[in-house]
Amino acid sequence: MILERYRELIDSFDAFLGACDRPLPSVVRVNTLKASVERVERALADTGYEYEQCSWYPELLRLSTDTPGNSWPYVHGWIYGQEEVSALPARVLSPSAGDRVLDTCAAPGSKTTQLAALMDDRGTLIANDANLGRLSALRTNAQRCGVTNLIVNSADAQTLSLAPFGGDPFDHALVDVPCSCEGTIRKNPTALEDWDIDHVRGLAGIQRGILRRAIQATRAGGTVVYSTCTFAPEENEAVLDAVLETESCRIVPFETALDTRPGVTEWNEKTFDRSVEKAQRIYPHLNDTGGFFCAKLEVTGE
Amino acid sequence: MRSNVGEQFSRLPATDADRAVEGRPTRNGVLSFWEDRYGVSPEVFEDHSFWEKGSGKLWAFSGDAPEGTQVEALGITFLRVRQEHWKPTTDAVQRFGKHATQNVITVDAEAARTFIAGEDQKLDWEGDWGYLIVAHELADVREPIGVGLYLHGELRSQIPKGRQRSV
Repeated sequence: MILERYRELIDSFDAFLGACDRPLPSVVRVNTLKASVERVERALADTGYEYEQCSWYPELLRLSTDTPGNSWPYVHGWIYGQEEVSALPARVLSPSAGDRVLDTCAAPGSKTTQLAALMDDRGTLIANDANLGRLSALRTNAQRCGVTNLIVNSADAQTLSLAPFGGDPFDHALVDVPCSCEGTIRKNPTALEDWDIDHVRGLAGIQRGILRRAIQATRAGGTVVYSTCTFAPEENEAVLDAVLETESCRIVPFETALDTRPGVTEWNEKTFDRSVEKAQRIYPHLNDTGGFFCAKLEVTGE
Repeated sequence: MRSNVGEQFSRLPATDADRAVEGRPTRNGVLSFWEDRYGVSPEVFEDHSFWEKGSGKLWAFSGDAPEGTQVEALGITFLRVRQEHWKPTTDAVQRFGKHATQNVITVDAEAARTFIAGEDQKLDWEGDWGYLIVAHELADVREPIGVGLYLHGELRSQIPKGRQRSV
């Protein structure tokens, strides 16, 4: 089985495999553009739903129902169904109200709407995605959340032009790339059925292209966060290693209350730049979430 | 006069005197509509610019964008002005409707469920006919749900199919 290839990387490997077999809890994020956590909690309680706040992120609520979509808080755009660990990269990027922010692979919009909330719907947020069908879902989601500072754009993120947005570089970019999705196995038990090393290598090429373009489009001193929902070092540390060689940027550490493991510096007889250790790996058994990878980069200019 | 270009976003002119495209609504016209019909103060839209893409569909946007940009969306669709009676969108009412002071019908729990399911219903209403903001009480505060068309003692739900729910 595919996950066996990670036995050497992961301590408590049996606990890891056990967690991968369990379904995920249903989690929603409170959309603070439309309601406070307290008001959502009262509305959920009135509806008879039970909930539990995630300790590392108070706006995330674990729910007792699998169908939060049929509730008044959902209808009003007060809540957004989002896998718990996928709320990490926007929080690591941590944009401020008034910033210019790019979300390179934005659909269907959970991280976009989270970025908009972190920006308090001020400044300019660009949600780009190559897939028009998925962009339609993003538009519906962003409108339900009442996001008005958003430009929705359809282009290949590897060759993204800044002209439709006025040409100025971005303060921050979120690069949550398409990946082999190994870490979503708990949500989608068939996620690994079509796993193929050539597919992984193809994805890695696209991921490098998207990350490179995002760094070029971000001003010196700006921040780029790179994330995937996969365990494969080919799509994670190896992508960072390749991009560090050609682009003006460095990996910087970040803090999170989640239990994580550092990025790996060796894989399949290849050695990566030591700074990839500052990236963080999240395995399902560590926090009872999906699997994830996240790195924070600072653009250095020259 | 230039004509409307369907593929790109154009900012609404401030007043009739600034208008370069015949028939295009103006920012002042839009602000007057919200104030006259729903009592929403123009200050509510201070940070928002209004744009048109295609004909008759207006968008409210709080960020920066160049004139004529060809993108998929700018902010939210918020007003349809093709027909004689202008019609706010569900998303606009949910985003800005809490500032409304008139032509808001606050309904009980059962009527709210009927409305969000997309169904029409008989309801008593003493005020104006036409497009009303439909609201209900949620967590002790009035919260707008969407737009209803009130005619002849009946409230017709205007909730789009994709937003209809069985709550």
